[in-house]
Amino acid sequence: MGHTRRQFLALAAAVCAGPALPRLAAAQSPARVVVVGGGFAGATCARFLHRADARIALTLVEPNPTFTACPFSNAVVAGLRDIRDQRFGYQALSAESIKVVQAAATGIDPPGRQVHLAGGASLPYDRLVLAPGIDLRWEAIPGYDEAAAEKMPHAWKAGEQTLLLRRQLEAMADGGVVVMAVPANPYRCPPGPYERASLIAHYLKTHKPRSKVLVLDAKDTFSKQRLFTDAWGQLYPGLLEWVSLSQGGKVISVDPGTNTVSTDFEQHKAAVVNVIPPQRAGRIAELAGVADRTGWCPINPVSFESQLQPNIHVIGDAAIAGAMPKSAFAANAQAKICAAAVATLLRGGTPADPVLVNTCYSLVAPDYGISVAGVYRPKGGQLTDVEGAGGTSPPQAPPQTRALEAQYAEAWFRTITNEVFG
Amino acid sequence: MRWLTPLAVAGGLAAAAGLLLSGSPALGADPQALASGCSGCHTSSDTLTTAIPKIRGLPEAAIAEALRAYRAGKRPATVMDRIAKGFTDEEITQLAAYFSRQK
Repeated sequence: MGHTRRQFLALAAAVCAGPALPRLAAAQSPARVVVVGGGFAGATCARFLHRADARIALTLVEPNPTFTACPFSNAVVAGLRDIRDQRFGYQALSAESIKVVQAAATGIDPPGRQVHLAGGASLPYDRLVLAPGIDLRWEAIPGYDEAAAEKMPHAWKAGEQTLLLRRQLEAMADGGVVVMAVPANPYRCPPGPYERASLIAHYLKTHKPRSKVLVLDAKDTFSKQRLFTDAWGQLYPGLLEWVSLSQGGKVISVDPGTNTVSTDFEQHKAAVVNVIPPQRAGRIAELAGVADRTGWCPINPVSFESQLQPNIHVIGDAAIAGAMPKSAFAANAQAKICAAAVATLLRGGTPADPVLVNTCYSLVAPDYGISVAGVYRPKGGQLTDVEGAGGTSPPQAPPQTRALEAQYAEAWFRTITNEVFG
Repeated sequence: MRWLTPLAVAGGLAAAAGLLLSGSPALGADPQALASGCSGCHTSSDTLTTAIPKIRGLPEAAIAEALRAYRAGKRPATVMDRIAKGFTDEEITQLAAYFSRQK
């Protein structure tokens, strides 16, 4: 009989605040929340909504039976980790009476508050949380489409693509060149390409020392740049070359037939090509009308409610979260704040201004970790860096510090995946 | 239909009055929401043990002291010095109270 708390909150609100009165009628039946997307953002949000108010009727819509995590997938690429350590099921969510529907969401009807599923079924909602992650912009780089990705893997969604890139590295003869194409901002996991380049260089150094990884970048600066470049000089001299935008690094086309990558100045024929293409919010965001012209989703920084559609919240990589990067840590942090805000809104309250934290670890080598952290608050309609807080690991640090951060990276991954899926 | 106990009504009214007194919804953020940023690294699981220490159930004064020392750069840290600088004194007090009460 868990209905008294909502009633007394509604009563208290009704006694003390006139505008909350209409919520009284709505409070009679359990609120329905649908979460679309079972990654770090969506699965976290579903679990924390359940904890915030167990009476909410919760449905999680996710087409895949298991989740394959991106953080640490670069270690899988480099042969340092098993892909099975990246996979997580939804059993723990189901056990908490979150209804997990294994289907793709194919459309949203915002006025009618319905999610349409592949197969024809529909789910009604009072509030909808969209956590669709990213879609790759096929053909943003001419020649790079879904078929090309079977030859030149992106490996930017973990799973078969991760294993394909690993197999290509393993099959490469010593002396080969691995080319990586890296996009301009914003994209999922800002330091991710540089961690990948590092761990590929580690693999080459260990197994194929006459080879080289060439990073062709569409930008001039990147996350934790000084830390990465210092470490590259120290650990991988001659094995890793980074070409910035102003040095002609931007990839303008690819030819999967010949494994060739072109910039304005040069053509690189490579043994292995990893193209990380430009991205946008997952397609359902556009179908729901919550994505703007950039392809990403503007949100209210207090509640994560869409600025374009009422009653729809957007979290994780798909959201424009101001200074927060598109990371698993940020997705998890946003999801918890969004869950609290949705629960508050459903009982007629006003969410309080949140404080959010992000920490992104990168491995430069198995025992060499670096991090960037930030603390964020809403300011001027955006999530903004708290001045004086955050920043990167120190540029000069003893090996023990780097080893400790590598351990903390692993500890973070185990903690967050336990919190979300355990 | 279940009747509300007088205590629940009184509690509800007191809570509502507190909301009114605090005025802006931005004040008095939910300590649980405030603490949610910490649990990404500091596990609340009984069974999981990692290199990152658990903080729940530690003495309130110790948590507050550690956070203030991190914030002042007076305690050795990898990342906690950078994170603690983002929190106010009042929030540190709230966080310490919250985590000390978690069993």
